[in-house]
Amino acid sequence: MTITSPTPRAGVPLVPAAPVPDALVPAATVTLTVDGLPITVPKGTLVVRAAEQLGIAIPRFCDHPLLAPVGACRQCLVEVWAPGRDGNLAKMPKPQPSCAVECTEGMQVRTQLTSDEADRAQHGVMELLLANHPLDCPICDKGGECPLQNQAMSNGRTDSRLLDVKRTYVKPVNVSTQILLDRERCILCQRCTRFCEQISGDKFVDLQMRGARQQIGGFDTGLLDFAGDTPVGPAAADESGHQFASYFSGNTVQICPVGALTSASYRFRSRPFDLVSTPSVAEHDAMGSMIRIDHRRGKVLRRLAGDDPQVNAEWLTDKDRFAFRWQTADDRITTPLVRRDGELVPVSWVEALDTAAAGLRQARSAGGVGVLPGGRLTLEDAYAYAKFARVVLGTNDVDHRARVTSDEETAFLGHQVAGRTLDVTFADLVAAPHVVLVGLEPEEEGGILYLRLRQPVLAGSMTVTQVAPVASPGARRLAATLVPAAPGTEAEVLDGIVTPADDATLAQVAERLAAPGAVILVGERLAGAPGALSAALRLARRSGARLAWVPRRAGERGAIEAGTLPNLLPGGRPVTDPAAWAQIAEVWGPVDAPQRTGRPVAEILAAAWGGELAGLVVGGLCPDDLPDPAAVRHALDQVGFLVSLEVRRSEVTDRADVVFPVAPPVEKPGTFVTWEGRPRPFPQALTSTQIPDHRVLDRLASALDCRLGLGTLTAVHDELDRLGGWSGSRVAAPDVAPAAAPTVEAGHAVLASWRLLLDAGRGQDGEEFLAGTARRTTALVSAATAAALGLTDGGAAQVSTKRGALTVPVRVVDQMADHVVWLPTNARDCRVHETLAAVPGDIVAVTVSDEEVRA
Amino acid sequence: MTTLTPVLSRDWDAARSWTMPVYLSNGGYLGLRKALTMKPEEIVAAVKDSGLRGRGGAGFPTGLKWTFLPAPDGGPRYLVVNADESEPGTCKDIPLMLASPQRLIEGIVITSYAIGCHHAFVYLRGEVVHVYRRLLEAAAEARKSGYLGSNILGSGFDLELTVHAGAGAYICGEETALLDSLEGRRGQPRLKPPFPAVEGLYARPTVVNNVESIASVPGIVRGGADWFKQMGTERSTGHGLFSLSGHVVRPGQYEAPLGITLRELLDMAGGIRNGNQLKFWTPGGSSTPLLTAEHLDVPLDYESVGQAGSMLGTRALQIFDHTTSVVRVVTRWLEFYKHESCGKCTPCREGTFWLVQVLRRLEAGKGRPGDVDLLSELSDNIFGKAFCALGDGAVSPVVSGVQYFRDEFEAGMHTPADEAFPPERSTLFAYTPRRPRGAELAGAH
Repeated sequence: MTITSPTPRAGVPLVPAAPVPDALVPAATVTLTVDGLPITVPKGTLVVRAAEQLGIAIPRFCDHPLLAPVGACRQCLVEVWAPGRDGNLAKMPKPQPSCAVECTEGMQVRTQLTSDEADRAQHGVMELLLANHPLDCPICDKGGECPLQNQAMSNGRTDSRLLDVKRTYVKPVNVSTQILLDRERCILCQRCTRFCEQISGDKFVDLQMRGARQQIGGFDTGLLDFAGDTPVGPAAADESGHQFASYFSGNTVQICPVGALTSASYRFRSRPFDLVSTPSVAEHDAMGSMIRIDHRRGKVLRRLAGDDPQVNAEWLTDKDRFAFRWQTADDRITTPLVRRDGELVPVSWVEALDTAAAGLRQARSAGGVGVLPGGRLTLEDAYAYAKFARVVLGTNDVDHRARVTSDEETAFLGHQVAGRTLDVTFADLVAAPHVVLVGLEPEEEGGILYLRLRQPVLAGSMTVTQVAPVASPGARRLAATLVPAAPGTEAEVLDGIVTPADDATLAQVAERLAAPGAVILVGERLAGAPGALSAALRLARRSGARLAWVPRRAGERGAIEAGTLPNLLPGGRPVTDPAAWAQIAEVWGPVDAPQRTGRPVAEILAAAWGGELAGLVVGGLCPDDLPDPAAVRHALDQVGFLVSLEVRRSEVTDRADVVFPVAPPVEKPGTFVTWEGRPRPFPQALTSTQIPDHRVLDRLASALDCRLGLGTLTAVHDELDRLGGWSGSRVAAPDVAPAAAPTVEAGHAVLASWRLLLDAGRGQDGEEFLAGTARRTTALVSAATAAALGLTDGGAAQVSTKRGALTVPVRVVDQMADHVVWLPTNARDCRVHETLAAVPGDIVAVTVSDEEVRA
Repeated sequence: MTTLTPVLSRDWDAARSWTMPVYLSNGGYLGLRKALTMKPEEIVAAVKDSGLRGRGGAGFPTGLKWTFLPAPDGGPRYLVVNADESEPGTCKDIPLMLASPQRLIEGIVITSYAIGCHHAFVYLRGEVVHVYRRLLEAAAEARKSGYLGSNILGSGFDLELTVHAGAGAYICGEETALLDSLEGRRGQPRLKPPFPAVEGLYARPTVVNNVESIASVPGIVRGGADWFKQMGTERSTGHGLFSLSGHVVRPGQYEAPLGITLRELLDMAGGIRNGNQLKFWTPGGSSTPLLTAEHLDVPLDYESVGQAGSMLGTRALQIFDHTTSVVRVVTRWLEFYKHESCGKCTPCREGTFWLVQVLRRLEAGKGRPGDVDLLSELSDNIFGKAFCALGDGAVSPVVSGVQYFRDEFEAGMHTPADEAFPPERSTLFAYTPRRPRGAELAGAH
C-alpha cells in the first residue's frame, strides 16, 4: 500500500502489507517429462498442473484446481508412459485423463502437441461434447469467454458430423430467483454440484436421471418433467422449511465452463469482449474478498470473484457478487446540498463548504461537534475523519461503530485489536486444530470465513465449537459443537471453559483449545453481552489460544487502525497517553484536543439529543444500524448543525443542514482493512466526478482554516507511513464481570438475533433477484420454549416490546438454548431495531398469534 | 471330449434345492468347517494356488485380489459380493442364488474369515425380487443354523451379512459404482486409485467379488487347489457356468471346465434350432465382441478367447442363427447401453446416444453414406476414452459387428433390416410388428 517512499516510525507502517507467503517446500518431488520437457513437481501433483507449469495447455472442463478431481468430461486425455514394476517404461494402454492422474517418477506424458493418440482422443471427446450442445453461442452469455467455445476452436473439428436429433429441454429453469439453468448447454462436468458438496456444503443442485438424460437439477419436479420419478438431493431447507438458494450460488455460475448456469442479473446484459475489467475488493463484509469488476461505458455490469489464495480463494458470497447496484441507485446524491427554508437545495461546492464551515465553527464553540463516520469507510477516509475530529473539531467524540457497543468493547478494541494487524490470519485459521466462535455466525456475518473454515473441517483437521443461542445452518454444516448460551450469558459460558469442568462439553472445549494453534473468534455482537469480551480475553490467556475479533462491515477494522474511536488515535495509540500525542504532533503539528477518552456513539447521540453537542458530522450511517432508530432520528432532528457525507439520499441526509456527495467504492481508490488487519488496496474502477470522503473533509478543513493535508490518496498514505505503528503502552484490558442471568417471566423470552447475509441492508437495494434467495423470516425457539410459550412449529408468534410487535412464523428447532427466541435483525419483513427497538439479550414478550403469516 | 463338471450346479435339480437341509445333505458347509480349522492366510494361499479367476467377467485372479488388502489396522474391512447381474445375455448368478443360495453364503463366510471381514454385503440387482426374498430367507436360515452371526460354529469368528437390493442400474455392477450405491450415493464409478482394496466401502479396505467366484470358494477349500486345477486349462483353471441362450435347442446352464469349446457345448445343447446355421455369438455377454462360426473350436478360456479377439466375460453364450439381422441385434444392445449409461463421462453418455441414432436409421434402411465409418469412428472415440469399462463394453458389439458383417451394415443404407431379415423367420410364434417409431423425441427412452 506504500505509494511514496516511506519513512515509517520504527520501520512499521500503520497497516503493514501482508508478507508474501513462503513457498511450500514439498516433502517429496518427482521428475517427469511432458512433451519431452523435463519438470520436477511435488509428489501428488496432477499431470494437468505439471503441464500448466510448462505452459502446455491441455483442454479440460471438469477439472478445477480447488475441487477434487473427477475425470468425468474426458477432454484432457493424454498419452502416458510410466515405468512399470520391472522398471521398463511402458505405455498405458488407454489414454489417461491428465486431470486425475498424479505425476510419478520417470513418467513421460505426451499431450496433444506430441501424440496423435491424445490429439485424436481430444478431438473425439470434443465432438461428443458438442453432440448435444445447442451451439447457440451467438445468444449465449458465455460466448466470448467460454471454455467450451474456445477449446472447440483449438481442439475440435471444424464441422459437426451429427445430423441427428439433439436432446432438447425446457429452458431456462429458475434454480433460484438468481440462478438460471440451461440444461441443453450443460456438459455435465459436475463442477457446480461438486462446488456445492466440497466447498459451500449447501447443495441446491444435484445430478438427476442418468445417461443422455442426466441433468443438473433438484428443485421443481414439475419443471424438470420427471414422469413419476423422484428427484434426488433436494435443496437444503432453511429454518422456515423452504428450499433456499445457497449464499454462494453465484460461484457455480462463474465456474460453469459453458453457459448452462447464468445469473438473472447479468443474463443478456452484455458481451464479455465489451467489458472492461478492474480488480477490486468487495465492500460488503470485512473479509476483503478480491473481486473483478466488469464494466462497460461507465456502468458496472457484473462482479466476479478474484483469485486470492490467501483470502477468498476463488470464491465470493452472492452478496459481494451481485449487490452492486446500490452504487448507481436513483437516489444518488450528485451535488452538494444545503438546507434553505427547510428544503435541501443543490448548491455549489464553495457555497456548501462555506455553509458547513460556518455551521461547524459555531457548533464547535457552542458545545462541540461529534463525528460518526460509519463502519463502511476505507482506511484513508476513516483516517481523514479521525484527523478531522481531532485537528479541526478538537474532540475525541468520534466513533465509527454504528451498532451495539459498550465501554468494555471500546477498551477491548484498544487493547486487543488496534495495531495488531495480521495477528491471526485465514492461514492461521485453516491450520488451527480447533476454533471457538463466540457471537459470530461465520456464514451470515463473514461468508468467506465460513468457506475457509469448512475446508479443514471437511478434511478432518479442525473441529469447531460455537457459543451461540442456536445452531445456525452454517454452524451445522461446520459440524460445530454448540455450547448453548442465551444472549447476555456468553461471559458466564466462556468462564466455564476450564478443565476440569462440570460440563463435559465445556471440558472438551477447554482441552481442544489448549492444542497449539487453536483460535477463538469473537464477533462484534459480543459488545452487547456484558463481560463477554473480558471473558474471551481471560479464556485466551488461560488456554493459550489466540484471539481474533471479526467485525461485519468492511470499514470497521480500518477505522480502528485509523483512530476513529473515542479512546484511540491512529495506529492504536491511546488518547490518554501523552507519548502518543507527542508522536501524533510530529506529523499533525500541535493539536488542540483533550487527552481524555471521548464519547462513544450512543453518548454522542444522547449528547446531540440533549444539546450538549451542538453539531454532528455523519458519514455512512443509517439510523436503523443502531438499536433504537427512532431515538437516532430524534437526535439528528435535535442537533443544532448536521453535516452529512453520503453516497445516496438517506434518513441522515434528509435531516442534514449540509450534504456532501461522496464517491462509492467503485468510483474511488482506497484501502479496506480486513478483519485480519490485512490492507486490501483497490483502484478506482469508474471515472467519476465524485470524490472520496477524505477529499471532502480536506476541503471542509480548509474552509475552517485548518490544513488537513489529505487532499490526495498519496498524501494520506504518506502521512500514514510517516505516522507508523505504535509500540507504546496499550489501552488497558477490560475486566467486566459477567452479568447475572436475567429472570425470564412467563410469556417472555430472551431475544437472540443477528443480521443475515441477505437482508434489508441498503447495500442490497435494487437487487431483487438476489433478495429472492434470502432466507425466509422465522422465529426460532427450542421445543421446551415453544411448549412454555404455547407456540407450535409452523404457527405464528407475536414478539413484542413496549415499542412495537412483530408477527412471524415459528420454527421449533433442536440445538437451541431454552427461554430464547431468535429473530433475524434486519430482514425485509422483520426489522427488529425499527419495530422493537430491542437488542439481543433484551427480554421480549412472546405470544401466540392467530394472524396468517407467510412462512 | 470335455464332460460337464457340475460343482456349483450339482444339487440344482434336487427338490427344494435352496433349503438348508438339502444343501447340508449334499455336503454343504463342510468347506466352512474345514476352513475354520485353517489359518486365514492358508485359505488365501489355497485360493491363490487354485488359480481361481474372477467369474464376473474381467478374470482377475481372486486370491491375488485378496492379498491386495493392506495389513489389518484394527478397523473394519469388508467383503462385498457383486450380485448385480444385469448384462444382456448373462444369467448365471441369478439361477445360482435362486437354486443354491447357501453355497454363496458358505463362500461368503469362508472368504470373510480368510480376509478378516466381519460384515459382508451382497449387492443384488434390484429387479430380481424373488432372488432377494430367497437370499434373505437363506441368510436367516444360515443364521439360525449358526453359520452367520457371532461365534460361528464355535470358532469365535463373527460375521454379519447384509443383503442389499439395488435399484436396477446396470452401472452398479461396476465395482466402484456398486460401492457408491451401497453407501447410498448416486451409482457412478469412482476414480481409481484408490482401489477398493485400499479404500472401498466407507473408505475401508474392501474385497469385491462376483457371486460365482465366491460360490466356488467352498469347493476349493474342501477339494483343495489341486482338485480345482485339474479342471480347465493351465491358466484358466476350474469349472464355470456356461449360459447358453438364443437359437439353440436346449438353452440353459452348462457347468463345465474352462476351455470347453462352443462346438462341444452346442452338441450338448442339441445344436442350433431348426437345423439352422450359426451366424454369430457372444462368448460372454453383450459387452464382449461377437464371434462367428469360424470360432466354434476356440477353447472357452480367458487366453484363447482373448486371442480370438473377444473376451471370455461372463460366459454368457448368446447364439444367433442365420435368420438374425446383426444390425437389429446390435441396435437393441446399444439401446440398452444408451439407457444404462450412467452419464458420468462424455464418451459413453453422448457416444451411445449418437450411436443409437445412427444404428436406428441403418436398421430402418435409411442410412446415409459414411454411416458405417461413422459407427467405427464413434466407437473408437468411446473405446478406451470412457471413465469405466462399461464404455468399452458398449462399443464391442458395434466394432465386432462391423468387422464381421460390414455388408449388412452397408445394406442399411437402402434395405431395412426387417426386409433383409424378416423377423417372422426368427420367431417361434406369430410376429406382430411394433408400431413404427416415428416422431419420438430425441433422448427419450
